[in-house]
Amino acid sequence: MNSVAADPKKSIRFRARSFVAFALVPEAPLDEWLRSLDGWVENSPGFFAGRPVVLDLNVLKPEPGEVADLVSQLTERGIRIYAIENKAVDAMGPDLPPLLIGAREAVIEEAPVEPASPPEPEEPLPSTTLIVEAPIRSGQSIFHPDGDVIVLGSAGSGSEIMAGGSIHVYGALRGRAFAGAWGNRKARIFCRKNEAELLAVDGWYRTAEDMESSSRGMPIQAFLDEGGVVVAALT
Amino acid sequence: MAKVVVVTSGKGGVGKTTSTAALGAALAQSGKRVALIDFDVGLRNLDLVMGAERRVVFDLVNVTQGVAKLSQALIRDKRLESLFLLPASQTRDKDALTEEGVASVIARLREKFDYVLCDSPAGIERGAQLAMRFADEAVIVTNPEVSSVRDSDRIIGLLDSKTLKAEQGESVTKHILVTRYDAARASRGEMLSIDDVLEILSTPLLGIIPESQGVLRASNVGSPVTLNEPTNAAARAYVDAARRLQGEDVPVVLPVEKRGLLNRLLGRRVA
Repeated sequence: MNSVAADPKKSIRFRARSFVAFALVPEAPLDEWLRSLDGWVENSPGFFAGRPVVLDLNVLKPEPGEVADLVSQLTERGIRIYAIENKAVDAMGPDLPPLLIGAREAVIEEAPVEPASPPEPEEPLPSTTLIVEAPIRSGQSIFHPDGDVIVLGSAGSGSEIMAGGSIHVYGALRGRAFAGAWGNRKARIFCRKNEAELLAVDGWYRTAEDMESSSRGMPIQAFLDEGGVVVAALT
Repeated sequence: MAKVVVVTSGKGGVGKTTSTAALGAALAQSGKRVALIDFDVGLRNLDLVMGAERRVVFDLVNVTQGVAKLSQALIRDKRLESLFLLPASQTRDKDALTEEGVASVIARLREKFDYVLCDSPAGIERGAQLAMRFADEAVIVTNPEVSSVRDSDRIIGLLDSKTLKAEQGESVTKHILVTRYDAARASRGEMLSIDDVLEILSTPLLGIIPESQGVLRASNVGSPVTLNEPTNAAARAYVDAARRLQGEDVPVVLPVEKRGLLNRLLGRRVA
């Protein structure tokens, strides 16, 4: 770094920082993989918007000429590739995103694609439940990464509840609710009166617009099933 | 002990200033000593609605900055001798107010008056937050429509977090005042029902003020509607609301559409 600083007064400092990015791992056959990606994006529109996505080519091992095509295919889908990971090559062409080396799995893991091996007895996570007795007003945000959130009153339009676990609203839910927001596919949302603007479980979401109109105003639960949020009557 | 009441809404144009004037006049008519403070620095209106615009010499900002004495800035109403107005400055903006200055003005008004009504500016920024800062009670003015109701919900959240009472672990007593209620439109289902409004806001109702040409007429002549047309339905609703604000138990009556037989035959609405 010393050699960079020609003028000692204007020395530039470099700091290493790590960021969490989503790694997309395309598999052969590519057409089929792209189709399933389309289905996924359709279920969670806007999921990739503004998120750093790294293209992991270690599985697909494409020919050098195919990479540009794949990147542009993804760009068409609104997925911007920040970098490419490919152990087989040393450099990418100047028109492609840079190569990335030394990747490590992040703590927030995606759900394993393979059926998991028999779960080992794991320590129960320390979880706490947050009970909110007052109504949640428009513009208020309840943020509780450690467990469930129970709201005794209503959650107003324009309010937000983000919970690491499940969300229970005993009044009307008129705002946005994010259950399992830190990666918990088992989380659910329950409410006595569904007027929600958005229901999300583990990053998958449904807006008011694409909820069945029959569920509006009704007691419901929302959970994750087959890669989509299901809004079902609470009976 | 004086009560400081903020009249607020979040949304503009729902009737905060009109309601401040009408409630203030109704309280003064019942013998209470009432001070109205216009917090809408830069866009003052309460002086016009009270018909005092030509008598403004000093204003709230002058008092908070020590340029004028409180007694110099307070304007006594010409019709009700226990009703006073502390106008806002029209040439300054909301940053001209300091929390300490407002605290001192309100503390001094508390000594002399039974009720101090703070007419809040629209919005949720500094001006609105200063207006509610020292309130004991809040009148949340709401029109029966979704945008107004959501803004009121937002304001209630601020009342529960940004007021001095909230920070001390107490709570501001809140009341919903539904204004511009149009019985004809409500009967056609074109407005939110009172039940819906109260359910969404889960806050008790202070009164329902029917939409009335009388309110507009009163504003235009610079007189609170309770003084200008005491028999008007809106004026009577404000008088009832003022009585409830003082703790009286007055049943709330849903305004009904007034249509004579002839009008019904002609299908026209009575203004």
